[in-house]
Amino acid sequence: MKATKSMQAQGNRLANTMIQLNVLNGKDMVDAKFPLFTDKLKEINLFPLKPSGIEIFQINMGKMCNQVCAHCHVDAGPDRKEIMTKQTLERCLEILKNTDIKTVDLTGGAPEMNPHFFWFVEELSKLGKHIIDRCNLTIIVANKKYHRLPDFFKEHGVEVVSSLPYFSEKRTDSQRGEGVFEQSIRALKMLNEVGYGIEGTEQKLNLVYNPSGAFLPGDQSSLEAEFKRQLKRKFDIQFNNLYAITNIPISRFLDYLLESGNYEAYMEKLVTAYNPMAARNVMCRNTISISWDGYLYDCDFNQMLDLKVSERSSLHINDFDIDKLNNRSIVLNQHCYGCTAGAGSSCGGEVTG
Amino acid sequence: MSYFKPEDLKKFGDIGKFGAKDLADKFFAYYGEVFKEGALTQREKSLIALAVAHTVQCPYCIDAYTQDCLQKGSDEDQMMEAVHVAAAIKSGATLVNSVQMINKADELMM
Ligand code: SF4
Ligand code: SF4
Repeated sequence: MKATKSMQAQGNRLANTMIQLNVLNGKDMVDAKFPLFTDKLKEINLFPLKPSGIEIFQINMGKMCNQVCAHCHVDAGPDRKEIMTKQTLERCLEILKNTDIKTVDLTGGAPEMNPHFFWFVEELSKLGKHIIDRCNLTIIVANKKYHRLPDFFKEHGVEVVSSLPYFSEKRTDSQRGEGVFEQSIRALKMLNEVGYGIEGTEQKLNLVYNPSGAFLPGDQSSLEAEFKRQLKRKFDIQFNNLYAITNIPISRFLDYLLESGNYEAYMEKLVTAYNPMAARNVMCRNTISISWDGYLYDCDFNQMLDLKVSERSSLHINDFDIDKLNNRSIVLNQHCYGCTAGAGSSCGGEVTG
Repeated sequence: MSYFKPEDLKKFGDIGKFGAKDLADKFFAYYGEVFKEGALTQREKSLIALAVAHTVQCPYCIDAYTQDCLQKGSDEDQMMEAVHVAAAIKSGATLVNSVQMINKADELMM
């Protein structure tokens, strides 16, 4: 569990996305086969799955990260050098200027480690976009140059979404690395100090909970209540909403499932918990995901599996055509069960109820 | 104990197919009701179930409620404390009977 390098740097076979897809289809490493996800959508006349319209422009600014979390679907880490260039970011701005996409969701890796991050956020805020930063918290305290992030976020009206797998050190550090909990708590305090997460302020601080192991997340509102109670009691920390997210069986989490002998049981849990209501609301229907090198994907998970959008004439931001993209068929595979289990899961937590 | 097969847990819901379906249906309806959010939260109920599972030493229930407690957001300390509560009651229940032993001994001894 305590890796300090990405799977890619370790030369792990699973760093090859073809192998991951083969595993998910019972053709490599395991022979467990599960009903096809696409068949589930056919049953409810949802296949081919079409977008409801792009509302969220999710940019993966690079795979570099100061952390090496055990479950990371990006296989991010300090050794990853893939970073979005200024030219690509400029192209993103151009698209955002010419479309009425309202929300820009910045992710990575640690998006703040992109050398153009501060400039880019300033430009986005000039365009009046709703900006979300997926901040891993520890980056705020990692280096002096990032200490100003809370004030900078506030100045540009950035919504902060941060992972905190648990309100205890042991559980958090086992998933995210030693020392992460203590640093996260320090960063949360800094955010609270400038108004983030405090009731009645404009500064939104939402936390992401994902299970630290081979089990599904429980009810989001109960978990939120428990997190609020415990974080307030133990550390006097406040936040707005908790998003409960299911771990998608790809990349490092898939590696963990296979290594720990939990793969089959976990997939079975996902398949058994399949919820057609959640399938109607999967996030790829209103999101487009952009990789560090400018390619387009239905979601960040497809991006990490190298499954580009099916619209061949608009594969890259240089050929971005919103009408064509809004009409594309979404690329699906067995990992999609992770989005439709129970109350469903997206970058904004549950999708039903 | 050696009869315990983890995969049998999944068949529990089918006991009504073997016989007495109406009783099984009533039991599962009741069971479902009990574990709903109420005056106690689902998470608290799951911790109680975990503790009771240990006292009745049911491997199926221990398996199921370990998963359920994790899923509902309980941590290792909370789960272990719940089991200690069960253990304390069990050992207390053993020890409190020593009062009867003492009474009897007092009666019998000079
Ligand atoms: S902080 Fe996020 S991007 Fe970085 S390793 Fe952890 S999960 Fe991956
Ligand atoms: S994994 Fe991606 S493509 Fe599949 S359902 Fe989820 S969001 Fe959609």
